[in-house]
Amino acid sequence: MFKIEKRPTPSAKWNWGAPIVAVVLTMIFGGALFAVLNVNPFLAIEKIFYEPLFGEYSFYYRPQLLVKAGPLILIAIGLSLGFRAGIWNIGAEGQYIIGALCAAGLALAVYPMELPILFPLMVIAGAIGGALWGLIPAFLKTRFGTNEILVSLMLVYVAEQLLASMALGLMKNPEGMGFPGSRNLQQYPSANNAELIAGTGMHWGVVAALISVIFAYVVLSRHMFGFHLRMSGLAPRAAKFAGVNPTRMVLICMGISGALAGMAGMFEISGPAGQVSIDFNVGYGFTAIIVAFLGRLNPVGILLAGLLMALTYIGGEITQSQMGLPLAAIQVFQGMLLFFLLAMDLLTNYRIRPAAKEAV
Amino acid sequence: MGTPLLTLSGLTKAYPGVVANDDVSFDIQPGEVHALLGENGAGKSTLVKMIYGLVSPDSGRMALNGAPYTPASPNAARAAGVAMVFQHFSLFDALTVAENVALGMDNPPSTGELASKIRSVSDAYGLPLDPHRTVGDLSAGERQRVEIIRCLLQDPKLLIMDEPTSVLTPQEVEILFRTLRKLSAEGTAILYISHKLEEIRALCDNATILRLGKKVATCIPAQKTAAELAEMMVGSSLTPPKRVSQVSEEVALHVSGLNLAPAQAFGTSLRDITLTLHKGEVLGIGGVAGNGQDELLAALSGERLCAPSQIMLDGRPVGNLGPAQRRKMGLLAAPEERLGHAAVPDMSLTENALMTGVTRQGLAKGGWINWAATKGFAERVIHQFDVRTPGPHVAARALSGGNLQKFVIGREVLQAPHVLVVNQPTWGVDASAAAAIRQALLDLAAKGAAIICISQDLDELMEISDRFAALNEGRLTHARPAAGLTIEEIGLMMGGAHGMEAAHV
Repeated sequence: MFKIEKRPTPSAKWNWGAPIVAVVLTMIFGGALFAVLNVNPFLAIEKIFYEPLFGEYSFYYRPQLLVKAGPLILIAIGLSLGFRAGIWNIGAEGQYIIGALCAAGLALAVYPMELPILFPLMVIAGAIGGALWGLIPAFLKTRFGTNEILVSLMLVYVAEQLLASMALGLMKNPEGMGFPGSRNLQQYPSANNAELIAGTGMHWGVVAALISVIFAYVVLSRHMFGFHLRMSGLAPRAAKFAGVNPTRMVLICMGISGALAGMAGMFEISGPAGQVSIDFNVGYGFTAIIVAFLGRLNPVGILLAGLLMALTYIGGEITQSQMGLPLAAIQVFQGMLLFFLLAMDLLTNYRIRPAAKEAV
Repeated sequence: MGTPLLTLSGLTKAYPGVVANDDVSFDIQPGEVHALLGENGAGKSTLVKMIYGLVSPDSGRMALNGAPYTPASPNAARAAGVAMVFQHFSLFDALTVAENVALGMDNPPSTGELASKIRSVSDAYGLPLDPHRTVGDLSAGERQRVEIIRCLLQDPKLLIMDEPTSVLTPQEVEILFRTLRKLSAEGTAILYISHKLEEIRALCDNATILRLGKKVATCIPAQKTAAELAEMMVGSSLTPPKRVSQVSEEVALHVSGLNLAPAQAFGTSLRDITLTLHKGEVLGIGGVAGNGQDELLAALSGERLCAPSQIMLDGRPVGNLGPAQRRKMGLLAAPEERLGHAAVPDMSLTENALMTGVTRQGLAKGGWINWAATKGFAERVIHQFDVRTPGPHVAARALSGGNLQKFVIGREVLQAPHVLVVNQPTWGVDASAAAAIRQALLDLAAKGAAIICISQDLDELMEISDRFAALNEGRLTHARPAAGLTIEEIGLMMGGAHGMEAAHV
C-alpha cells in the first residue's frame, strides 16, 4: 500500500513540523481518551493548555510554569548532550535526588550558621553529587561493558531508598516532633533558593536552566567538543577515526548530565520543595527525557518543550482537581506526546509514498 | 542453436530519478557462459535481480525454455532452476557449513545425509569443503564455495554469479573457472557478472555490455582486446595514470613486529607486521578480503594503539598516539567504508571536511570552530577533486559512492600528508573517478609523500605501486618491486589457494 523511503537529506521542514503535528495528534487522541472517561474533551484540553496561562487563576499558575519548567529544562539539556552522543542516561531522577541530598546535607551540617558562600557551595555539592551518581553507570559501562540504560535506571531506585532513609533518619528534623522530613531550608536564609522576582516563579534554578541552554547551544554548534559529541552519536566508528576517545566521551557526557540533574535537585530542595522528604522527587528526571526528545535534542527546542511540558503538568493538576481526571490519564496524555513525536520523527528522515504497482 | 534457455526482451526498470535498465534484450543458450559487463551503476545488478525474482520489471518479458517466466520471488526463481551466488555472502559465522546450507533449504535432509551430499558435490566439481567446519573460520574463497555448493545442490539450469572473483586469489580464480567450465560442459548456463576484462576474455563465450542501463553491444570476448572491451564499457577511451616514480632513500614510515589481537570475534589478528616505506613511494598491499586489511588500516591510522616504537613516522615513535596526534604529525588515512567510517553519512560535507581536516588546516582555535574556513576547505576539496554535488551543505549520504570517495580521498590529499594510507580507494567507483583517484595518489607520491594503498584490485595495485606486498591471514609478506611480478607470483604471495592442498583436480 505505502512505501517508506529514506530521504537523501533530512527534511528541515519536518524536523520542526513533527513536534507541532505530535502536539495536535496528542490533543486529538488525548481528547478521545478524556471523552471515554466521561470528561468533556474540549474543556479538558482548554484547562490543560489555556487555563494556566490566561484563566481566572493564572496569577497563581503562571509562576508555577517557570518553577516546573526550570528543572525539566536543566535536566533535559544534560540528557540531550548524552543522547546526541548515543549515551543513554535514563537515571536522571536518581542523580537529581543525590544532588539534592548532597546539597541539603551540606546545608543541614552547618545549620544554623549564616554564610554567604553557603548557597554557591551547595550548588557545587549538588553538581558533584549528581555527577558522581551518573559516573557509576559510566564507569561500569567503560570498564565492564554494562548497559548504561539499565544501570542508570536501577540506580534511581537505590537513590530513592537513600532519600527515604535520609528523610527518616540522618537528616530528620530534630525539632520536627517526630514527623519524617528534614528542616525546611526555606527558613534558612543562607541556604534558601528564594524567588528572585516576587510572583514570577523565577529562582536561581531557572537562571541556571537558561544558562545551560545557551551553553549547550554554543558548544554544540561552535566547539569541537560539541562536534565530536554529535559525531559519536551519528557514526561512532567515524568519530573514533577522527580521533574521539569513546571512553572519555561516555564519562564526560554522563558526568555532565549527572551534574546538571544534581544541580536541578539542589535548586529544588533549597527552594520550591524546601526539605528532604520521602516524596521529594516527582519524576522530573523521567519527564526530562520526554522534554529532551520533544525539543529534538536541540537546546532551543528543549527550552520550548520544557515550558510546554510544565504546562501539561500544571494543566493536569487543574483537570485533576476541577474535573476529577485521574493522574494516570494525565500521564498517559504526556506519554502520548512522546509516542507521537517519535512516530512523526520518521518523517524527518523518511518519506511515505504510495507503493508503485508491481508489474506482473 | 535450439531454444534459448533464457530470453530477455525489452526489460525496463526505473527507480526514482534513474532508469536502471532500459529496453534490455538478449538470449542465453543452455551451457553458455554469458558475461554481463559494465561499470558500477550500469544496471547489471538490477538486471540479475529481475532474473532472480528480487525485483519485477516495469515492462518487458522473460522466457525460460520458451515458456513465459515471471518469478515473483527468489523461491520461485530457484524452483524454476535459476540460482545465484551473491557478491556479499549471506552466511552465519557461528554455524557450520552443513548448517548454513540447510538453512537455505525448504526441506533440509538430516545433517549426516546433507554432509555426504555436500562432499559428493564438492568432489565432483573440485571444490574441496569440509561440511563440519565453522563458517567463521573459513577464508573468503571457501565461503564462496559454500554458496556455490548451496546453489549446485538445487541442480540449477542457470547459475548467476555476481562479481565472484573479487574475493579470490588468482589460484582460487583458476579453480573456480575449472568448476564453471565443467558445469557449462554439463549444460548449465552461467551468467557471469564482472568488470574484470581479462577474466571475461578467458572464461566467457559471449558478452553483453551495459552502459547507463542500456545494452550497448554484444560480442565474443575472446575476439576483442581488453582495451576494446573497456572502451565499449566506458564509452570513451581512458588514459592510464601517468607516473613518474621518484622513490627516495629516506624512510617515511617504519613498522616493525606489529602484533594486534582482533577487536571482535572472527576478526583477523595482525601478526608480526614489518614494513618500510620510503618517501615518494607507493606500496601496494594486496590480499583477499578479510585477511587483516581493516585491522592494518586501524593500526596505522591510530584507531588501534600499539607500543610506541612499533610504528615510526619520520623517525619518531607514534605507535601509542591516537588518530588526531598522528594526523598532526603527517600520517593520514582513508578507510574503506565510506559511510560511517571515513565519513559521517548524516553530516554535511563541510562537517565531514572538519572531521579530519581540523588540525592540519587550522580550522579551529582553542576548540572553537571556524566554520567559514571549514566551508572553504570543503569547497576546495569539491572543486579540485571534481566532486559532483550542489554544494558543501549537502549531507554525505546524498552523494554517490564515487563522488563521496573522491571527497574522502581529496580531503586527505589536500592536507599534504607525509604518509597516506588508503584502503580500497576505488571500490565501487566508476572508471573515470577511479582513474582520477589513482592519478591523485600518484601526483601526491611525485611530490614526495609516501603512500600505502591497500586494495583487492590487483590491476589497480600493479598500475600504481612501486613495490607490492600481500596480506594473508594477518601476515604481511616481504615487499617486492612491482615491476616484473607475474600473476602467479602475486597469487602465491596472497596465500595461493586456501585449503586446496587436497584438491589438485
